Amino acid sequence: MGITGRDIFLIAPELALAALAAAVVLLDLAPAFRRNERLGQAAAIGGLIVPVAFGAALWVDVHANGAQYGFNGALVVDKFALYVKFLVAAAAGLTLLASGGYARRFRPYQAEFAGLLLFSASGLMLLAAAADLITIYVALELATLPVVAMAAFAKTRAESLEAGVKYLLLSAASSAFLLYGFAFLYGASGTMQVVAPEGGGPTIAQALAQSGGGAPFGGFAVMAAAILAVAGFGFKLSIVPFHMWTPDVYEGAPTPVGAFLATASKAAAFAVVLRVFMEAFGGASADWGGLFAALAAVTMTLGNLVAIAQRNVKRLLGYSAVAHAGYLLIGVAAASQGGALGASSVLFYLGAYAAMTLAAFFAAMTLAERVGGERIEDLAGAGRRFPFPALVLAVALIGLTGIPPTAGFMGKLFLFNAAVNAGLVWLAVVGAVNSAVSAYYYVGVIRTMHLRDAPDVPPSPDADAAPRTPLAAKTALGVTALAVVALGFWPGGLLAAARAAAESLLR
Amino acid sequence: MLERLLIVSAVLFCIGLYGVLSRRHVIAILMSLEIMFNAVNVALVAFSRYAAPAALRFPGAAEDAERFALAGQTLALFVIVVAAAEVALGLALVIAIARRRDSINISDLNLLRR
Repeated sequence: MGITGRDIFLIAPELALAALAAAVVLLDLAPAFRRNERLGQAAAIGGLIVPVAFGAALWVDVHANGAQYGFNGALVVDKFALYVKFLVAAAAGLTLLASGGYARRFRPYQAEFAGLLLFSASGLMLLAAAADLITIYVALELATLPVVAMAAFAKTRAESLEAGVKYLLLSAASSAFLLYGFAFLYGASGTMQVVAPEGGGPTIAQALAQSGGGAPFGGFAVMAAAILAVAGFGFKLSIVPFHMWTPDVYEGAPTPVGAFLATASKAAAFAVVLRVFMEAFGGASADWGGLFAALAAVTMTLGNLVAIAQRNVKRLLGYSAVAHAGYLLIGVAAASQGGALGASSVLFYLGAYAAMTLAAFFAAMTLAERVGGERIEDLAGAGRRFPFPALVLAVALIGLTGIPPTAGFMGKLFLFNAAVNAGLVWLAVVGAVNSAVSAYYYVGVIRTMHLRDAPDVPPSPDADAAPRTPLAAKTALGVTALAVVALGFWPGGLLAAARAAAESLLR
Repeated sequence: MLERLLIVSAVLFCIGLYGVLSRRHVIAILMSLEIMFNAVNVALVAFSRYAAPAALRFPGAAEDAERFALAGQTLALFVIVVAAAEVALGLALVIAIARRRDSINISDLNLLRR
């Protein structure tokens, strides 16, 4: 029952990422890294090649031999887990690339900021590969606690500290709900195993199927577990009514934290929700399918309506993240009907959404530094003064609206298609109406940037004295904007990967 | 016996939740969260003593009997450790806030959402 070399290989991406995080912090002590802070950033981004290479090796292995289990069934490595791991690595790498200039204000602690981000990313990777409830909980906290520290990283700014406290208290409360749900699930089934290898003992779903019961969700303990798990995971997914922290943290925390939370963290959270509900609650899919469909409708409607009233760009992106959690839930609800269509549309949209949101956050970060403010009206005239970041923000917002030919259009097409195929036509209609509503505020930002003139007096005297945007940040802007457009024209590659990943969920 | 332990656990959970919702002091909220985590631990250990052995009825589980019975206690141990880490982070934040301003009341943390 000991740990074998095979187990180490299966967890190698996470181990390499955690080692990289520690190395980035330690290397910062070396004199050369003290003198040139770009070296640390380069080491953090370049080092990501190692976990990605291990992930690629595992993909080849899994492609040939099917899902692999490690650590006595605590870890499952399948295409689903690997797809999410690649997504997390890409989001973490791009965030590091874009935030080099921003992180300079944390001097001399910018290496610790990068290290915390990488530690959190290793937790998110582990979360995608967790096969039992214990691993899910530990990975979730490994992913969350570094983000708390990152949210409060600008510790001289009261808003940042407030964001950190709010994120910590609410995430701890949501963990308590999630754990209480796990306890009931364990009590009802007698096992913590969400998925298990052949002959590895019963999984939760198998154990529950044996005990039977006519109540909703197959027993009231399981129903309590499902509702508590929705509440606990709902915080991570930022679905209504557990979304209150999202705009506050996105606005108050340093901008790269919002970008990371909205993409990497959301991708892994949706992955674990898909795995837990499709596998552990697989016997009650009609019940949770309806629950998620209702939550999807409420979440996207409320997110979009409140976003209209926002004046701060980061806060607007926070409510936009809530609305998009609603769109993604459409796919989760569709996944309850069986088949790979729902899950694959969620996975594709997570990739498309990551490209659009990273582009939006990076452009907002660059523009905020240039114009000296984060309010939407500060962006007036930015289209003429700072054409490149303004163009990237426009592309990202067009994508988030879902206008062709962008990644957002393709993603929504697949989500609504999955909903219609699952018999949830009304949900697809609600989603389409919501997309139209969202155009109002997304296009409003673009109009302010490109059609309104800048005020005669620059709002901030040091705006033109701001340091030039580093080449790395420009690269990140260009890559994400290109990805938004490219996924709109050629969605095939990512869609094939998403479908292969979703199929590995259906055993 | 399982019922009584679960009632204790549910009562503790509700006390903790009430504290989280009603207290205004960040440290008091952290203490209430601790009560919620310990309520979960009571439930986990109770289930691992009384309910998990039911899993042994299923084919293929007998040889792994200990693993199923101990899973709940294992999770409880992890919860204790992670809760300690959470509190450490929370206290660090409290100190950072107290240095900046006099109050660490949650109702004074209202810069955002305006």
